[in-house]
Amino acid sequence: MSKPLTPEASSVTPTVQRRKRWNLRTLAPYLFISPFFVIFLVFGLFPLLFSVYLSFHRWEPAAGLAAMNFVGIENYTYILFDDDWFHKSLYNTGWMAIVSGVPQHLVALPLAFFLHMAFRRWRNAVVGIYFLPFITSSVAISLVFSTLFSRDFGVVNASIAALQQLPVFNWFLPEQNIDWGQPQYTKWMISFVVFWRYVGWNTVLYLSAMQTIPKDLFEAATMDGASRWQQFRHVVLPLLRPMIFFAVTLTIIGNLQLFEEPFILTGGTGGIDQAGKTAAMHMYVTAFVDGDFGTASAVAWALFMLIAAMTWLNNKLLGQKEEK
Amino acid sequence: MKNMIKPLLFAVAGLLAAGAQAQTKVTITVASFPDLDRGVKAAIPLYQKLNPNVEIKLASLAYPDHHTAMTTALATGANLPDVMAVDNDFIGKFAESGGLEDLSKAPYNAMQYRAKVSKFSYPQAMSGTGALNAMPVDIGPGALFYRKDLLDKAGVSEADLTKSWESFIESGKKVKAATGAYMLGNAVDIKDIYIRSGLKDGEGVYFDKKGQPLVTSARFVKAFELAKAARTAGIDGKIGAWSNEWTEGFKRDRIASQMMGAWLAGHLNNWLAKESAGKWRSAQLPNNSFGYWGGSFYAIPKKAANKAAAWDFIKFLTLNKDMQLEAFRKLDAFPSLIEAQNDAFLDQPIEYLGGQKARQQWKVAADKIQAIAVDKYDPVAREVVNAELEKVLEQNKDIKAALADAQAALKKRVRR
Repeated sequence: MSKPLTPEASSVTPTVQRRKRWNLRTLAPYLFISPFFVIFLVFGLFPLLFSVYLSFHRWEPAAGLAAMNFVGIENYTYILFDDDWFHKSLYNTGWMAIVSGVPQHLVALPLAFFLHMAFRRWRNAVVGIYFLPFITSSVAISLVFSTLFSRDFGVVNASIAALQQLPVFNWFLPEQNIDWGQPQYTKWMISFVVFWRYVGWNTVLYLSAMQTIPKDLFEAATMDGASRWQQFRHVVLPLLRPMIFFAVTLTIIGNLQLFEEPFILTGGTGGIDQAGKTAAMHMYVTAFVDGDFGTASAVAWALFMLIAAMTWLNNKLLGQKEEK
Repeated sequence: MKNMIKPLLFAVAGLLAAGAQAQTKVTITVASFPDLDRGVKAAIPLYQKLNPNVEIKLASLAYPDHHTAMTTALATGANLPDVMAVDNDFIGKFAESGGLEDLSKAPYNAMQYRAKVSKFSYPQAMSGTGALNAMPVDIGPGALFYRKDLLDKAGVSEADLTKSWESFIESGKKVKAATGAYMLGNAVDIKDIYIRSGLKDGEGVYFDKKGQPLVTSARFVKAFELAKAARTAGIDGKIGAWSNEWTEGFKRDRIASQMMGAWLAGHLNNWLAKESAGKWRSAQLPNNSFGYWGGSFYAIPKKAANKAAAWDFIKFLTLNKDMQLEAFRKLDAFPSLIEAQNDAFLDQPIEYLGGQKARQQWKVAADKIQAIAVDKYDPVAREVVNAELEKVLEQNKDIKAALADAQAALKKRVRR
């Protein structure tokens, strides 16, 4: 944009118009901070915007960028009204999110309180053990559990068979090996693995929050004759509220995006009758098996909306009250 | 220029003379996946003896990653190799993408070699437009591998197994009763073979030429009925191939037979069932069926940098008899080249199969396999059909209703 020099512009006005001089010293801070922004633009913002753009197109990626067809909101109407598998995967996701998510916190809260009260010296070692599943690779965990739940050779069925020999137990345990791959068990199995994996993580979160509670509050409560349960109910829980909100939010986000555990436990198929197929798996299959990247992007954004809505709801229920 | 080395390898009918190499050094990149890449590794030194001025770089990724990377590369037109390996499962999708060179046109003119390779392999690589998108390098003629010792125990002969599907299921019951072993990993296998046999000309497995789904046809009804019969007879292990349960089943003598590509013999020998060496045999598929499992191709992307050199190397991999046999010896890749199929190597007994000359048998199968048109929506169709079959097998859903649902779901999901 070169403007012709007009006399007004060229006549140097003696007003204080200090232009910033660009030299190495003034550039340096920007230079140093630039890697983050460059990486964020390339690997963060651009893919994000591109996937929005993609969700309004039909695109078979192997055919090249030129093969994109604009279809408007057709991908969205398709997944909302026509795509039975998406609906089913959403149902599965919600089911497993609740069945694996709620017990996590119901177990983690009292467990953390117990650890806080009972273990003084060994607490860190115990917490470390609880924390282990969280830092183990989810792929490794899923492979181990799929071996444990193996129908003919698994430890779980072997234990059941052994218990079945005992009196009393044989009244309610099956005589046949349980096929954990059956649709009625698939979701339970996946939920169990997810529960097992994250209960320690939540325990650590709650424990660290409890350690910030001043000791004198407990002492005062004890002086007033409060039992352990009352201390937990009236001292710990109210003060833990922000941490509960935080941990539940993480669980909601994580569980709605569940992918690795069901993917490996069901061999990538979602299991019989797609009983264990989550929304994230459906997105993956739509993109990489069906080659329909536009619809897969629409699924991704629908999932994003759902997570946003759930987080908002959680905020309304558990979030900080303004007047506090 | 003529190469002045002793003819260690006989180039097929002036191929190399035609692909006259420039004097300058050329580097071509080959993208492949295990185990297919071992064929390339074996080819590089042999090829460089003939063409000292060609440098070959091999980039190898795990099977799913390779195809994902190639999809991405074709999508963006960046980072494309000169020579691209494509597995049978992806050939339909890649062929219809339009991102690969049409090898039937000049300067390749590959249609002249059509008679040199197994007749069903060319159509696999041709999309509906008649373009030839890739060259077949190996094929996977189907075979029925079975445990002779378990069959003997049950008093079942090979003929009992292969006579018809009904007799196969009957034999399965005997074997189960006598040894406790499952006749087959999964009833789905029977369906997979049946829907691939008796196709009319120009029919695909799931779609006709116009892209209309065929899943309510009599072929599918019968396939579902047979699978259901096998499940009801209790002769299948309800095990998915390649799962933990499956590999463990081989190790513990729980699986009496497995239908798959001839290359399974190599897998059984290498890691699946080392201990049962000598107990396995190979037979033709039951009910006079002939099918293929897998098969690999090499293609040239339209945006490749060195197409001439790439084509020359592909011809070496696919049309050179010695190279094809080398791959057969090294990685059990059954040659697509007929000349290699007629070699004396096929007469050698296979120790693992109790000295059986099974390669001859696989050659017979390769001659009889019919070409099947592929469709880029085949993977979607496979998902839909398998989901419905599970409902039939597990929840006693009515077969006709299941197939009608599959047809409706397919029409919805394909959205042509």
